Amino acid sequence: MQSRAFSRLWMCALAAAMAAMAARSALAQDLKSFEQKITTKVLPNGLTLLVCERPDAPVFSYNTFIDAGDVNDPDGASGLAHMFEHLAFKGTSEIGTNNYADEKVALEKVEKTNDAYEAEYLKPVGRDPKKLEELKKAFVGAQAEARKYVVPNEFTEVAERNGAHGLNASTGLDETMYFWSMPENRLELWAWLESGRLSDVVPREFYKERDVVMEERRMRTDSNPIGRLVEQFLATAYVAHNYGRSGVGWPSEVGQITATQAMEFHKKYYVGSNIVVAVVGDVKAAEVMPVLEKYFSKVPGGTKPEDMTTVEPKQFAEKSVIIREQTQPFYIEGYHRPNYRDADDAVYDAIQDIMSNGRVSRMYRSLVRDQQIAAEAQGFSPFPGDKYPSLFSFYAVPLPGHTPAEMREAIHKEIDKLKTTDVTDAELAMYKTRAKADLLRGLADNQGLANALAEYQTRYGDWRELFLQLDRVDKVTKDDIKRVANKVFVDSNRTSAEIVTEAPAANAKNGGAE
Amino acid sequence: MKSRLLKEVSRAALAAAVMGAVLIPVCAGAQEAKPWEKIPTPPLHAFKPQQPKRIELKNGIVLFLQEDHELPFVNGSVLIPGGSRDEQTAKASLINIYGQTWRTSGTEKLSGDAMDDLLEAKAAHIETGGDVDSTALSWDSLKGDADQVYTLAMDLLFHPRFDAQKLELAKQQEATGIVRRNDDSGEIAGREAAKLVYGVNSPYTRQPELATVGAIALADLGAWHDRSLKGKLIVSVSGDFDPAAMEAKLRATFEPLPPVKPLPAHHEVFHDPTAGVYFINKEDVNQSNVEIMGLGTDRRNPDVPALAVMNNILGGGFGSRLFQKVRTELGLAYAVGGGYGYSYDHPGTFRVMVMTKSASTVDATAAALKELSSLTEQPFTDAELKRAKEDILNSFLFQYDTRAKVLAESERLEFYGYPADYLETYRAGIEKVTLADVTAAAKKYIHPDKLAVLVVGNGAEIKPGLEELKLGAVHPVDITIPQPAAPGEKK
Repeated sequence: MQSRAFSRLWMCALAAAMAAMAARSALAQDLKSFEQKITTKVLPNGLTLLVCERPDAPVFSYNTFIDAGDVNDPDGASGLAHMFEHLAFKGTSEIGTNNYADEKVALEKVEKTNDAYEAEYLKPVGRDPKKLEELKKAFVGAQAEARKYVVPNEFTEVAERNGAHGLNASTGLDETMYFWSMPENRLELWAWLESGRLSDVVPREFYKERDVVMEERRMRTDSNPIGRLVEQFLATAYVAHNYGRSGVGWPSEVGQITATQAMEFHKKYYVGSNIVVAVVGDVKAAEVMPVLEKYFSKVPGGTKPEDMTTVEPKQFAEKSVIIREQTQPFYIEGYHRPNYRDADDAVYDAIQDIMSNGRVSRMYRSLVRDQQIAAEAQGFSPFPGDKYPSLFSFYAVPLPGHTPAEMREAIHKEIDKLKTTDVTDAELAMYKTRAKADLLRGLADNQGLANALAEYQTRYGDWRELFLQLDRVDKVTKDDIKRVANKVFVDSNRTSAEIVTEAPAANAKNGGAE
Repeated sequence: MKSRLLKEVSRAALAAAVMGAVLIPVCAGAQEAKPWEKIPTPPLHAFKPQQPKRIELKNGIVLFLQEDHELPFVNGSVLIPGGSRDEQTAKASLINIYGQTWRTSGTEKLSGDAMDDLLEAKAAHIETGGDVDSTALSWDSLKGDADQVYTLAMDLLFHPRFDAQKLELAKQQEATGIVRRNDDSGEIAGREAAKLVYGVNSPYTRQPELATVGAIALADLGAWHDRSLKGKLIVSVSGDFDPAAMEAKLRATFEPLPPVKPLPAHHEVFHDPTAGVYFINKEDVNQSNVEIMGLGTDRRNPDVPALAVMNNILGGGFGSRLFQKVRTELGLAYAVGGGYGYSYDHPGTFRVMVMTKSASTVDATAAALKELSSLTEQPFTDAELKRAKEDILNSFLFQYDTRAKVLAESERLEFYGYPADYLETYRAGIEKVTLADVTAAAKKYIHPDKLAVLVVGNGAEIKPGLEELKLGAVHPVDITIPQPAAPGEKK
């Protein structure tokens, strides 16, 4: 249940690399053999089922891919998609309760008392402290009353005691994913659990869970130097699009999200046409498709919600963020680039590979090996998302005694080389070979495959694109790389962020907490 | 950079062994069946995990071959006994630096940089690395390149170069880690908590410093290499190969080596930590990392199955006492969990952690401590026992659901000298655990008065203060990074 946008930066880099890896292609015979293993079906409610037979061991993995994430959070409610994801672990009208009829009434009262409390709390003038205290008491009391009907964590407990492995979910800016693996003889139980939480979620223990999410924010963002830096970096890079907004949510917003808002989000975005469910493992499509159909038909139909229409305007001035604190120096910069549907998508992947992949990469060899100014240096893209125009970013971790300014200068030198001189034949060939091999390596893992198939089915409307992108990889030329570098890596399109180390205050106390 | 150290080998995760995978059905109690209890659980498809072929050479070296023709790759590794716990304190981080420099330097004939170019053009890898009790060389490539990559890997194993420039590069990387080690509160907490248990000078926790890194010379790397290569190597190959040809090839390489020499055994004495509250101030955070620490045990302890069940009840997953109380009911943490640890050949740590906003540090710590005490004070119920056993047993399949996991488990058991059927025995042990066993284990191993509590957080925001835990004086821990003495200066 992590907010993907807020994992540590190198995790982001890794994820981006994995996405790029998945975005490439494999050999023709693999596509052919997968054609035989994969069955898809679109249900009348619009939900797409995908089953991939891989009968190695008696287990299966699944991925439920919702084409909505924190980019879809309404104004004033950043963090809502992630908050809903947490709610999806709290059970349904059938599981997680000892008396749903009474619980429903109690939950309605929780909402009413919260509304009353919030209204008083947010009064710009004339807030009555005594009244506020009473309203808070009523709100806390209503929650305690509702809790009487809760069987806490029953949904996850049933999954875990039936062998669920790697049970988790993640909310990114673009999408929300739910996933785990299980023994194959629990497939029907899983279909009951999963379809239940997609169609019949109950806003149970919402306000306690909101506190939990606030702790998640403190852990990933507020109390983590790179988390703090990345949040400011993105907020600065974007002026209009929601990619610039905190994904886990700004504290004042995520701290006031209501259960009613979460349920509205569910109603709008958790419709069949916005969901792909992929199952990979020891299953036979002919046997399991009817079971899946029976359960997943419960998910409400409805038209696919409109994509966000805000387009980030062209950046015309360089922007920068400097954080001065008692943390070691760090440098990151990013340039706006188009989304994954752009004709040059594979060119960006090629640039990332040549600049960043391994000890042969240009940035390693230049900043780490030869100049010996950085411990680590890479470029990664797209970040923070891929569905909408995103960023191509570079970062470097200075060695002791070296500064962010030196990182910046060295990165720019490498970028200039891309713009003025062709990459070598060997570099281009290496990118193509590694793209194919990396994709192949990824095919041996049920969960990884389920994730990739669900993602490709959603993003391209056809899982085959996972393999077919080989064509685009193969077509990348040296000229493409030069052209794209000259188009994107320009000063006015750049946002940078750095940490400058500040000396500790002379009288700083250690061992306080008195 | 791919650093595919054989970390997995020594990680606590279990894997593989042949066993009839009979999963326990989760059945309803006496009352009316719940909707999910009416869903049938058919018998599991028959499954016999494929064991690797084990060959013990006359010199004591062990080979494992695990065929897997699903994808056109061949992967291999050589696991070598001896790791950071065997290095000198004055040269702490030798193994890290050795693990990097070994590969980046390359072989006598081929520099590391040239090796990078050659391998990456084939999407192949050869990597080296070090861990607490071992070092390793590993390789992987497409099937068509497997012979060439194997030859190169063996050249690196037997004829490494150890280059001064690459040593310098590795030292710089290590120094960067040292000067940055106090930036992230989670990193501080994990490191300092382990020191509270094992002690600052223990082979398991001693800390690299700029001075110890500076003391490492090129000759140290070569000496370590020559010494460790005399140990009992475990060679594993998996993937798409012809088994007879592969066996012949491995024999040709490893049979001529002299008989293996075992490393001297470790004889550390382990103690409980000094109970009390320890504090590290970090002004730039709004959340405290709380670590409650004690000494754990090792896997040879016959109580391990009972402890595994106890751990599941305490901190394993959504249904555990810690999760239910501290996260779900109180909303005090996103991250909370822990358990009584067991390593393969030395005592692990007993660790419970919780991360909570500064102001609720005392509340969350007290709540976690209460759940710990509850293990001896609040009787375990049949429902808890049943849930915990089902959790462990029904997901047990995932210890050996891929050939790679089965192989990794075989290597692990071989390395630590455990019987090949260990996992089977362990599983059977879990099945037999009774309420009385868990109760007895809790009584024997859980002693809240012997635990150390470490808090890394923002002192100015921690209100009420840590003295409110009523666990005595709060001991500040100094984590200042020592600067090496300038030349000629005496320290």
